[in-house]
Amino acid sequence: MTSASSARDRVLGRVRRALADAPEAPEVTRDYLVSHTPDDPATVLDLLHENLADYRAGVHRSTRQHLPALIGELLTGHGARTVVVPPGLPGDWLAGSDARLRHDDGHLTPAELDSADAVVTGCALAVAETGTVVLDAGPGQGRRALTLIPDLHICVVDVAGQVVASLPQALPRLDPTRPTTWISGPSATSDIELDRVEGVHGPRTLEVVLVVE
Amino acid sequence: MSGTFIGMPSFPEAARDAVRDTTLRGNLRHATHTIRAKRAGAVAELDDWAQLREAGKQIKDRTLRHLDTHLEQVERAVTAAGGTVHWAADADEANRIVTDLVKATGETEVVKVKSMATQEIGLNAALEEAGIRAYETDLAELIVQLGDDLPSHILVPAIHRNRGEIRDIFRDNMADWGRPAPDGLTDRPADLAEAARLHLREKFLRAKVGISGANFMVAETGTLVVVESEGNGRMCLTLPETLISVVGIEKVVPTWRDLEVFLQLLPRSSTAERMNPYTTMWTGTTDGDGPRAFHLVLLDNGRTDTLADEVGRQALRCIRCSACLNVCPVYERAGGHAYGSAYPGPIGAILTPQLRGTATELDASLPYASSLCGACYEVCPVAIDIPEVLVHLREKVADQGGRGHRLERAAMRAATWLLDHPAALTAGERLASRTRKLHPRRLPGPGVREWTNSRDLPELPAEPFRDWWKKNHE
Repeated sequence: MTSASSARDRVLGRVRRALADAPEAPEVTRDYLVSHTPDDPATVLDLLHENLADYRAGVHRSTRQHLPALIGELLTGHGARTVVVPPGLPGDWLAGSDARLRHDDGHLTPAELDSADAVVTGCALAVAETGTVVLDAGPGQGRRALTLIPDLHICVVDVAGQVVASLPQALPRLDPTRPTTWISGPSATSDIELDRVEGVHGPRTLEVVLVVE
Repeated sequence: MSGTFIGMPSFPEAARDAVRDTTLRGNLRHATHTIRAKRAGAVAELDDWAQLREAGKQIKDRTLRHLDTHLEQVERAVTAAGGTVHWAADADEANRIVTDLVKATGETEVVKVKSMATQEIGLNAALEEAGIRAYETDLAELIVQLGDDLPSHILVPAIHRNRGEIRDIFRDNMADWGRPAPDGLTDRPADLAEAARLHLREKFLRAKVGISGANFMVAETGTLVVVESEGNGRMCLTLPETLISVVGIEKVVPTWRDLEVFLQLLPRSSTAERMNPYTTMWTGTTDGDGPRAFHLVLLDNGRTDTLADEVGRQALRCIRCSACLNVCPVYERAGGHAYGSAYPGPIGAILTPQLRGTATELDASLPYASSLCGACYEVCPVAIDIPEVLVHLREKVADQGGRGHRLERAAMRAATWLLDHPAALTAGERLASRTRKLHPRRLPGPGVREWTNSRDLPELPAEPFRDWWKKNHE
């Protein structure tokens, strides 16, 4: 550890010498907007819908009662025969599907996940202005690999409790100690001539179900 | 392995070849103009862009002012969350730390998320020397690696390649690195992306060690943030057992809340999106989710030298969005390779000479790789006054001497004298106007010839402005 701690001392020493004569920097002025969207749940929901769809996610609205049937239709529509199920997913969500269920107990290998067609999850939060769903590995979401390897991700958003308008509203509701994945549309790239193409390494299809009561 | 920037010619020499390459100029023009308009649209959606930009600038300035405190804080938080923090004063130290960490796992291959810091330190070459193969997994980095090429853009390292060239590179070289390109591969971007997906899939699934950089690290929580599009980042950050992140010390932000500013500024400035497809945030290690071992390598490598310069230190605010490249008339024509470093374009012209110093001809020429038009400052999401730093660095380069710089200083002194003596200036202007038919398009003579080699001398008007004004206003 001798050389490691000396590198630390050298870097910190250089930082302190570099700043020896630096003037104090002003306090940060946070006069930017907390939200760019009118404070009306229907407007926020419409914006979320629109922005998700703009980045090529499939967007569906459903009641809680109709949810199992809709998930079943989506899985069938994409030809998904094997579905990964994270721990804590409400039992009835997959009641309308005849796909084979692979419950994750933490031991599914990357190769096993790769052989599954789809994953169904809830989320922690959805952000309307950016068209984003945020997963934080909580109940019904599972570890990060589950929503990464299967090619179809069906993500259920509870509109009443999980939708915010903006990033400044989203961050205070998230727990920094949890691994967090922010998903805005399916995997994409702009690497060929700076033109956006959907579908690279992450799920190529993202279906978001907005559950309204 | 990919090439190296070391030993490259000075900017004007490299740029001269680049501007003659019509394919390159066409590719760059097409790509930069596409993104320019989109970025303007994404920014215009936010009424408070100016306030966000100012807040981003202030957060970074304040962080840099207390950088030692924030670095110690991030070290404590990452350690408390199960990570191990290493410090690297320079590229060699960082490369040695990473190489030793990979060796300790017993693995001989790693998957990499696109990272400017590891480009900067030449990590792939160092790993190769130690018998470790590093697979780049970002699509553009893959194109660069398979083409044995150099990156030419911060966000899109293969921006200098068009779809036809990319198809050829995939078809000819994928087999040398793993799964070959599909038969009959077309140049449709969707097909090229599919070929990359298939090629890299097996590597992700078997990877035991991942290497990344980070866009932000939050001091109060020890959280690291990687912003990406393709999902290759998620693969490298989630599937391997060991994750090593090499992060420049200036990437720290004090609070979790600060992300609300930068996650609005970065995607819109960078890919012109409201939000990039994927952002991963992790704090140390989590049981049963992601890597079991996490190493953070904090990299100095010239950053503290930059921090010591009161004008130049603002370059450390950079969040690597690359908006300045996309609007720069010099970058558009010269291309990224001419800048001779991982950081091309306007930000490279101020960052590279500060990180590396100006001892080489290339690095001393970089502050001159600009017309000082100021477009880069206008689009910068953290308001780095790039022209101000360029001029400041030019002064420093001029002070260190060299023939061209002595002449420039002499010319500046002469101009100052003239402007202080209006009668002499007036006489000179009249003489110049009356003799303008005799003026050459290029000037001969040492120093001056170089100046006019790449510029046409402006034509002089028929009479000096001050004479015209007098005639028409008296």
